[in-house]
Amino acid sequence: MTNDEIRDTVLRLLSEVAPEADMASIQPDVRLRDQIDIDSMDALNFLIAIDAELHVDIAESDYPKMTTLNAIVEYLSAALASQ
Amino acid sequence: MAEFLMPILGADMTAGTLVEWHKQPGDAVHRGDIIAEVETDKADVEVEIFMNGVVEKILVETGEKVPVGTPLAIIKLDAGEVEPAAPPPAAPPVAAPASASRPAHAAALQPAAGRAPISPAARQLAAELHVDLATLTGKGPEGRIQRRDIQAAADAQRTAPPQPAPAAPDRGARMRQAIAAAMSRSNREIPHFHLMSTIDMARAVAWLSEENSRRRIADRLLYGVLLIKATALALRDVPELNGLWVDDRVVPNESVHTGIAVSLPGGGLVAPALHDADRQSLDDLMKNLRDLVMRARAGSLRSSEMSDPTVTITSLGDEGAEAVYGLIYPPQVALVGFGRLLERPVSVDGQVVSRPAVIATLAADHRVADGHRGSRFLATLERLLQEPEKL
Repeated sequence: MTNDEIRDTVLRLLSEVAPEADMASIQPDVRLRDQIDIDSMDALNFLIAIDAELHVDIAESDYPKMTTLNAIVEYLSAALASQ
Repeated sequence: MAEFLMPILGADMTAGTLVEWHKQPGDAVHRGDIIAEVETDKADVEVEIFMNGVVEKILVETGEKVPVGTPLAIIKLDAGEVEPAAPPPAAPPVAAPASASRPAHAAALQPAAGRAPISPAARQLAAELHVDLATLTGKGPEGRIQRRDIQAAADAQRTAPPQPAPAAPDRGARMRQAIAAAMSRSNREIPHFHLMSTIDMARAVAWLSEENSRRRIADRLLYGVLLIKATALALRDVPELNGLWVDDRVVPNESVHTGIAVSLPGGGLVAPALHDADRQSLDDLMKNLRDLVMRARAGSLRSSEMSDPTVTITSLGDEGAEAVYGLIYPPQVALVGFGRLLERPVSVDGQVVSRPAVIATLAADHRVADGHRGSRFLATLERLLQEPEKL
């Protein structure tokens, strides 16, 4: 899976938990929670969806790394490469 | 025979629109079945029925908006089935301030001194047809306004040049009005007092991290679930805070149905019940909370979830303010609030150390409790959160 494909998947799953957010306007290096209004339940549902689709079970201790779109794509890219 | 009534789905509901019947005449119904879908200002609600029998007749068609308490259907009860007691007057609808939440024409419907008499049926017709009673002269006995007067006025209005109709307020606006009505009433009628405690959450957070590290992502617990369970258990210790204020006295509840404040994507909030939160395991609470939040945000809740809360919990989440001093949702008598989990300086064994901590607040009704009992509640809550493994 290329990084672009991962990014598209992430944005699609993100739009499912935050349907009112404009995904096209997301700045990849700015903290996601400063750009879209999601709470811890949305965040968990997003990560569950990532696991269901990409089979990457992100450890809770890694949650703090999932701050920006680029950081999430990078993390998933590394996780998928090591599988 | 029993009448199935338009339920009161929260203190801010005065009427509901029948959106869909899930059962038809001749269909059997059982306790807990969804019989219809009703639209309120806050949500589309799946209305449950709490009797066993057969639908005899439908009295209100889809699309009709009727006040709470209006018979919607006649149910032929099964043999031995006792007609359920009238729902407790637990949540008398809030009289919404006319200026805030009624269309302008409704203001004219209030009886005024010296005005012509009018029957309830004519008054209702006037509301339906948007006829301003102030402009009307009744042709009945003693100037009584009759239905035919209303109809004539409506016909005249129809032939008059059309005036731009005020746009029907959207769900967001109606939601704001419903919240305004309930919270205005709360602020007006309930003598609130507020207490706060800073609760050391180091043990709870460590326990949760350890627990979640062993679980797959779909089975992990959110920290908020610990707060809900601890709150529900602490309410058993100070049960008067789990009561409802009805007819100038507090009515206790055997069950703890925590209303969970859920903010909605389009703005506003609802606080549907997580039933029997004190009796559920953390895993069940987590599963049911996920389901409840999802359905609340989708605007699809059940009638019991709207009408059953005995207390409200509001948690501002990890991006929220440090503390919340809330308004109680009538007829409840308490609201428990949690601010953001933050690292705070805490004194432990004489040393100031940094620990994760949360500010818990209690808003309570002074007619029911006082600072002493409220403090006991917060102390019990704090103690319970120091032993997360027992929750």
